[in-house]
Amino acid sequence: MDTETMAAETRAKRPIRWHVGVFLAPAVLVYTAFMILPLFGTLQLSLFRNIEQSQVFVGFGNFRTLFGDPNWSVNFWNALRNNVWFFIIHMLVQNPIGILLAALLSSPRLRFTAFYRTAIFVPTILSFVIVGFAWKLILSPIWGVAPHLMDFVGLKSFFTPWLGKEQYALTALSLVSVWQFVGIPMMLIYAALLSIPDEVIEAAECDGVTGMAQFWKIKLPLILPSIGIISILTFVGNFNAFDLIYTAQGALAGPNYSTDILGTFLYRAFFGFQLQVGDPNMGAAIATIMFLIILAGVCVYLFLVQTRLRRYQF
Amino acid sequence: MKTKLLTALLLGTSIFGTTGMALAEDVTLNIESWRGDDLTIWKDKLIPAFEAKNPGIKVVFAPSAPTEYDAALGAKLAAGSAGDLITCRPFDKSLELFKKGNLADLTTLPGMENFSPVAKSAWQTDDGKSSFCVPMASVIHGFIYNKDAFDKLGLKVPTTRDEFFAVLDKIKADGTYIPMAMGTKDLWEAATMGYQNIGPNYWKGEEGRAALIKGEQKLTDKDWVAPYEELAKWKPYLGDGFEAQTYPDSQNLFTLGRAAIYPAGSWEIGLFNTQAQFKMGAFPPPVEKAGDTCYISDHTDIGMGLNAASKHSEEAKKFLSWVASPDFATIYANALPGFFSLNSSPVKMEDPLAQEFVSWRGKCKSTIRSTYQILSRGTPNLENETWVESANVINGTDTPEAAAKKLQDGLDSWYKPAK
Repeated sequence: MDTETMAAETRAKRPIRWHVGVFLAPAVLVYTAFMILPLFGTLQLSLFRNIEQSQVFVGFGNFRTLFGDPNWSVNFWNALRNNVWFFIIHMLVQNPIGILLAALLSSPRLRFTAFYRTAIFVPTILSFVIVGFAWKLILSPIWGVAPHLMDFVGLKSFFTPWLGKEQYALTALSLVSVWQFVGIPMMLIYAALLSIPDEVIEAAECDGVTGMAQFWKIKLPLILPSIGIISILTFVGNFNAFDLIYTAQGALAGPNYSTDILGTFLYRAFFGFQLQVGDPNMGAAIATIMFLIILAGVCVYLFLVQTRLRRYQF
Repeated sequence: MKTKLLTALLLGTSIFGTTGMALAEDVTLNIESWRGDDLTIWKDKLIPAFEAKNPGIKVVFAPSAPTEYDAALGAKLAAGSAGDLITCRPFDKSLELFKKGNLADLTTLPGMENFSPVAKSAWQTDDGKSSFCVPMASVIHGFIYNKDAFDKLGLKVPTTRDEFFAVLDKIKADGTYIPMAMGTKDLWEAATMGYQNIGPNYWKGEEGRAALIKGEQKLTDKDWVAPYEELAKWKPYLGDGFEAQTYPDSQNLFTLGRAAIYPAGSWEIGLFNTQAQFKMGAFPPPVEKAGDTCYISDHTDIGMGLNAASKHSEEAKKFLSWVASPDFATIYANALPGFFSLNSSPVKMEDPLAQEFVSWRGKCKSTIRSTYQILSRGTPNLENETWVESANVINGTDTPEAAAKKLQDGLDSWYKPAK
């Protein structure tokens, strides 16, 4: 009897909190319907093959084709290699420049901070299509401003039709992408720099750590978690990239597949292109591999990097 | 027997019935198409011409965007909401629809006898036994040139390859014009306006194409490598930075009068007529020696089929028979200069440039693009690879032999010609 009353009391004290479920429901339902179910749908699709107009279960057959058949594997490894290069350029150029810009912006002596901040961030909110076409025009050897501007400063001899040359096209496009997205690391780092407590800075100044030394020894360690977040965002973004290459170079990612990344490779396989009929099953297999690559990258970050970063947090 | 009698009775009532009743029973046919550009032509010219002769049938032309057409059509067919008449892409895309049962068999449609076997080949089963789309139009490849520039430099229209390169040399030496407006950025220009344009003269049109499908010839044979060797020679005559020159760039270079020769498809005629401020002429791909038989790519590009699930298939067939008639061909070919009717009866056209193109049908032998029928079914896709390799050859990153070998190896990996 006692226990019953107690139970009743606790029930009365802690009623079922319906509102939690109600508030979570929209997000959970939408996310499940549009992200989780399609994800499993893709995984399932990759295990089937269309034979004589019907879907037949083939286990890992599509993956064996993808890695074993040179007609697929050569293209796959090429796309993966290009994608890694695309990522490396972002890590080496976009993120350091983003940090540098943030450091400059947070300097109290700089004027027109708001203007620079907005100007640098604006390309990020532009559509890929606009960025792709704008840069295609800028770099066009026929109508572009790039050859004229370079002529102006006597560098005309260094101009080549970058987007049309196998050895430069991917790097050029990576830099265009860097130009577009440099605002994101800048903003995140800028916010992190502003959130460093003044006491820490003052203490450093008392100890005689100022200027560059202060940035390297005090501020940089404190913004490392943000840099980690940026790295993982860049990683996910780059291995999902597609739009810029598609708008600038088309689905065949020319010249000679030199700008082909996993996204464009997936697009051609899944939807087909021109006379190539789409193969949703092979496309799903490629999408699955992309998912696993991204998953692996995120796991490395979560379990190896983030756990070590924690000790720097306040 | 019974149904026939019933139809006869029904027909009788519709003929003798009041006009008001006939109007109330109007049948509406919807046309699915990717040719949004042609909307006004259909609305103002073609459909009124048909409706005037066939009271009681209304036709609606409902195009979607070219890049979305195939996907949208597939979804609509699956959902059962597709139009009665379906504009057909050539070869495998339509063949697949026929095999799935989305397109009706039109082999016995009245009017099909107006087309040659080559014209019908794009919409037939591989054995050629059943046809499923009425051929509407083809496009012809050749070279369009700036007549004013040729007059100014005192150049004669080339007929042989040596003359062709001599003309290019002269234009280059003069320096006023870019000899040839073509870029390799978009890849397909190099393949379609380059390789498929000059190629038929080397592989002897249909003869070589059929031999390739049968496996008697290979892409590494002399006749198939030679067009690449010629393409490689084009490089010095293209504009500065042609590697990054896109298709619209090439069109603009030519219509602005900055380039003298444009390797073309006849579909350009309509646009060039409105944009170019100078006189234009055209010549077919030059042959090796004067007097050689010439071959042209007269590529079947667009047709129209019947949705197998259509509720008004009788009326739709009536419309398709009209599409197969010379009446339709005349209106269509004149409204869209550069899209040539495939009808066997000759069509009178007003546009001089279009006339020039179509006149080649009389003196040259027609063929279609070599990669389109059967050979682009597998992975790697021969057509796409041809784009890439044609651009590589012109860019100089692949030798003609290496390019041909890559293409043949790719084809060999999945294509086993029927013995």
